Amino acid sequence: MTLAIATEGLTKRYGRVVAVKDVDLEVHEGDLFGFLGPNGSGKTSTVRMLLGLVFATSGRIEVLGQAMPRAAGAVLPWVGSLVEGPAFYPHLSGRANLALMDQAGPGGSRHDRRDRVGEAIERVGLAGVGRRPVKAYSSGMRQRLGLAAALLRAPRLLVLDEPTNGLDPQGMREIRDLLAELVRDGATVFLSSHLLAEVEMICSRAAIVHQGRLVAQAPVADLLAPTGRVLVATPDTDAAAELAATVPGLRIDQRRDDRLLVHLDGVSPELLNRRLVEGGVRVRELVVERPTLEDVFLELTGEARHAPG
Amino acid sequence: MLLVELRKLVTRPRTWVSIALLAGLPTLVAVLLKVTGVGPRPGQGPAFLSQVLNNGTLFPAAALALVLPVFLPVAVSVVAGDAIAGEASAGTLRYLLVRPVGRTRLLVVKLAVTMVFVFLAVLVVAATAFAVGATLFGIEPLPSISGQTIAAQDATWRTAVTVTYVAWSMLGVAAIGLFTSTVTDSPLAAALGALAALVTSQVLDLLDAAAAAKPYLPTHYWLAFVDLFRTPVLWHDITRGFAIQGVYILVFLGAAWANFATKDVTS
Repeated sequence: MTLAIATEGLTKRYGRVVAVKDVDLEVHEGDLFGFLGPNGSGKTSTVRMLLGLVFATSGRIEVLGQAMPRAAGAVLPWVGSLVEGPAFYPHLSGRANLALMDQAGPGGSRHDRRDRVGEAIERVGLAGVGRRPVKAYSSGMRQRLGLAAALLRAPRLLVLDEPTNGLDPQGMREIRDLLAELVRDGATVFLSSHLLAEVEMICSRAAIVHQGRLVAQAPVADLLAPTGRVLVATPDTDAAAELAATVPGLRIDQRRDDRLLVHLDGVSPELLNRRLVEGGVRVRELVVERPTLEDVFLELTGEARHAPG
Repeated sequence: MLLVELRKLVTRPRTWVSIALLAGLPTLVAVLLKVTGVGPRPGQGPAFLSQVLNNGTLFPAAALALVLPVFLPVAVSVVAGDAIAGEASAGTLRYLLVRPVGRTRLLVVKLAVTMVFVFLAVLVVAATAFAVGATLFGIEPLPSISGQTIAAQDATWRTAVTVTYVAWSMLGVAAIGLFTSTVTDSPLAAALGALAALVTSQVLDLLDAAAAAKPYLPTHYWLAFVDLFRTPVLWHDITRGFAIQGVYILVFLGAAWANFATKDVTS
């Protein structure tokens, strides 16, 4: 599989401060890749290095198969980006801003500029307001316009930093659908975000950075692998606990009201269920416990808080 | 890219307001002179003004002499200082660079657009002054500062060289402004930096203790274009002024390029 983004030993130092240290990213073509990290973890520095805005202290970067920042002129026309919020010339309309940006660089002919701008604006749901000056836009509208700017010229790779910032839940949903659609059409999306639920919902792979280092990089399904525990809800908790004690490996981790948290240690959930039912325990619910991305994130970034109880 | 930047320049109200203000000052002076009939005594006050009362031909040069020491360099500093720092503070710099627009290219285009502004400003000031001078004071054969008469078409090329000379001097200001604009992300600070350099130069130029440095100060020969209106023309200071300014332009553009091409853009 070809890589849309590959870094090797990527390191950035600002004076004495090490912002990014030895980061090896691998974003496959066609991924919807979530890039996560707490504030100040080096996320933004990494994104800026990928785009050639900030120069790496050491390490290698390849974007769409070519070395950055050396091949920036050849690579960046294929990349659409939204970095730390959208930015426009406030006295011009949304359309005028997009046309101006489009005209400023290579790729994208003059003849179909108007159509492309119109299409991008429509795609993000701004068709009705494209002629108002940007200073009259709400922050959600600006965000949409920033996305439209990233979508011009059908990029092969989208590097998006918090693309749903300032959007209402409906807007977020629309953008999520839009990103999924882009990936279906063959684009790669590199999504840097704080919204863990959002990443969990739409991303196929994710990486987590903490204090400048990569602490995880895997398919989201792997990150959210079952914890090896099962939640059992039953009115017969005492009977269930007694039964569980007779099966080697099973252990009750937590017991609250009519719920038991059972540590399986190799025993399959199916077997547990059978034993319970055969033992006359009335099982109302039996759920394999999976961590949320938030649990994984907090654990890896060392900021886990133990749940009370 | 040049077209894009030109469009930004002309769609910006600020451009036209500053040019209108620049042209307004000499107009105000001309009206005051006409109404009161009181001119500066010969040899005093701003260059050429004492002669303008009887003859409007010299008014474009007089107008340039009026705006040159402070007003024009302030306007140029603001425009040049805004070139990169303005994009940085608006956040549009990062989007220009990832569009991608090469850093060197962006700098060159910004310089070109600043020059367009300078020429536009100088030409509008000269043209307004010509119109105002002709209506209020009339066009007469021109007595030179040295006493002889300068013919009308002769006055034309002298004025043309004056415009070029002033624009070249302002290119020096633009180079300094462009450099400070690559150093900071605040357009105000960039303009202030360029102005600080000019004010320092002008103060040193008045100081006897700095006598040795005077011929090398960027502002020292700014008003040398007055010599164009002598017969014969005194070329010495004018050519020196061109040369010194050229060195400042090269050095500061080089510094601006070296800084900008290797800079981390974090705005």
